[in-house]
Amino acid sequence: MSVATEEIHDTQDARSRATVRGLAKEYLAKLRGGDVGSLPAILGLVALVIAFSALRPETFTKAFNFGNLIQQSAGVTIIAMGMVFVLLLGEIDLSAGYTAGTSAGVMCLLLIEHGWPVALAILACLVTGAVIGTCIGLIVSRLGIPSFVVTLAAFLGLQGVMLTIIGEKGSIDSGEFVAKLNSENLPVWLGWVVAVVLVALYAAATFRANRRRRRHGLNSQPTLLWALKSGFLAVIVGLIVFYLSVERSPNAHIKSIKGVPIALLILVGLTLVLGALLSRTKWGSHVYAVGGNAEAARRAGINVPMIQLTCFMLSSTVAAVGGIMLVSYSGGVNNVTGGTTILLYAVGAAVIGGTSLFGGKGRVVDALIGGTVVAVIANGMGLLNQPDSRKYIVTGLVLLVAASVDAISRRRAAATGRV
Amino acid sequence: MSSGEPLLELRGVQKSFGAVHVLQGVDLTVRPGRVTALVGDNGAGKSTLIKGIAGIHPFDEGDYAFEGGAVHVKSPRDSNALGIEVVYQDLALCDNLDVVHNMFLGRELTKNGVVDEDTMEARARETLDGLSVRTLTSVRTHVAALSGGQRQTVAIARAVLWNSRLVILDEPTAALGVAQTEQVLKLVRRLADRGLGVVLISHNLNEVFQVADDIAVLYLGQMVAQVEASTTSRERVVAAITTGKLNEGDAA
Ligand SMILES: Nc1ncnc2c1ncn2[C@@H]1O[C@H](COP(=O)(O)OP(=O)(O)OP(=O)(O)O)[C@@H](O)[C@H]1O
Ligand SMILES: [Mg+2]
Repeated sequence: MSVATEEIHDTQDARSRATVRGLAKEYLAKLRGGDVGSLPAILGLVALVIAFSALRPETFTKAFNFGNLIQQSAGVTIIAMGMVFVLLLGEIDLSAGYTAGTSAGVMCLLLIEHGWPVALAILACLVTGAVIGTCIGLIVSRLGIPSFVVTLAAFLGLQGVMLTIIGEKGSIDSGEFVAKLNSENLPVWLGWVVAVVLVALYAAATFRANRRRRRHGLNSQPTLLWALKSGFLAVIVGLIVFYLSVERSPNAHIKSIKGVPIALLILVGLTLVLGALLSRTKWGSHVYAVGGNAEAARRAGINVPMIQLTCFMLSSTVAAVGGIMLVSYSGGVNNVTGGTTILLYAVGAAVIGGTSLFGGKGRVVDALIGGTVVAVIANGMGLLNQPDSRKYIVTGLVLLVAASVDAISRRRAAATGRV
Repeated sequence: MSSGEPLLELRGVQKSFGAVHVLQGVDLTVRPGRVTALVGDNGAGKSTLIKGIAGIHPFDEGDYAFEGGAVHVKSPRDSNALGIEVVYQDLALCDNLDVVHNMFLGRELTKNGVVDEDTMEARARETLDGLSVRTLTSVRTHVAALSGGQRQTVAIARAVLWNSRLVILDEPTAALGVAQTEQVLKLVRRLADRGLGVVLISHNLNEVFQVADDIAVLYLGQMVAQVEASTTSRERVVAAITTGKLNEGDAA
């Protein structure tokens, strides 16, 4: 009997889900249940873009500014992506900014003062990040000292290490190759190729997954939803690449600037790789489990200290990548690299994107979305000729709003029994 | 006592939490194909005993034998490897994960290094259907969205998903309604009839006498006695639970 009623249920479901209205209804129900994901951040982003476009149509909407915005924010966004892994455990890494600065400092030192080949210097940068993360992770997981305290200590200590590396001169150049990473663009054709490949891969992979699930007799995404999602992705990616492919140099006859920034490729690549690590691997499942209920994870035989250690290692290594983008953008490492607002913006980006500070909830793509929100505010306020003071106040308010959305959706979720 | 080689045999196990001596030399025998009820007042040490068996709070001292051989169980992985599954009193579920991931928690299936969501989902569905669980519409629901009884079912389903030899349930019916309780008890009986060893912790003596073959009474960290259910009465068990003494003639 139960089977029969369920089947009726299923076919009804399938029928209602085959129409756009049915899908919309299902999505609304999910939102009402408190499962808002990164929707608030995306809505906020749209609102900000509209507002700045209206206020500064002549500068904000320029393709030049668009490309610049991506490069400006790449460092912080990448640090935020690494931070997601630590936040998922309900921990925090206050030292991520100076981990980025120190690792990049090591790279610049080896490149410029010791003449190391680029590949080796970049490797050394990543290893530096990994070593810092290992130390923090070991102290947190083996000694059980709260990560807030450990990384606060690392925040201070690493700042000193970075200043020592830089030495008397006050700055070290990043060298030609590294500088290009966050200033050059892909050739226009290559940008299009990458875009087409990405969209095609997404469509094919989700289509195959759906077919496989149907064959297993599992609930699958309706073909309509698949088509809508793939089409939407194609349009968005197409628009972005198109806009980035127009000539955006103010003096095109001197130096032409067009094409997808290399920084964007790195951002998207990292999002895909780190996202897959989190959502597709056993290790990723364990990260969510530890963040959700560490004791349950332990009883299930998950090596909780090992998960903590690897998350801190990964977070710091990714921060080192962020450091490369930071020094690439500013042309070298100096006494403020990774300092000032970098760390706070990175944490803010992750949270604004929908990662919970309580652990167990968040995705890598949240950091990308949140990082873009933070970047748009900083960039737009700058174009409005607003002083830094106002910029900070507005960013602070946005962060507060994001945290409230998290808290409210949590309360909502608790009321309806979701997390 | 009864026929059959013991599946699990504990002799003189001790466990302290700091200065609190919770288990003071406890013996326990669990035979395959039988339901062994573990009863005792609040704080008697029942949960501590099964956490020791599961390896999440390993015993300080004492002999632990499984299928006749001495074993060292120092972590949940060890007990899982022996085929011991535990449904904890507090269920130990991750609210932020869905039913499938909770059932495979720590033992996710992989294919080419990637979590095999489809197979996991199909097997979770199968197991739940096997338990005739009707109230769960989607195995992709987050556990936080489930009712107490549904959470209980997920925890039990997790224990029977694996090819287990011994299933331990710590007060599995405490949060359940009448019909669901009946289902769980039937399931407990079915597991034993399939030849598994089952340990059932319960405060409800009706349940205990309904399904149990053996009854073990724990009193302030000591095993008062382990007797066959058919040779004793409810009054004697109640007396043993509250006074720590079993009337003459009952001990096997
Ligand atoms: N982790 C721990 N640290 C310190 N003391 C503990 C710990 N776990 C249990 N105890 C103590 O051990 C004793 C036995 O607890 P236990 O949970 O095993 O009782 P129980 O028989 O399962 O009771 P109940 O029927 O209430 O579930 C209690 O006095 C408890 O305070
Ligand atoms: Mg208990």
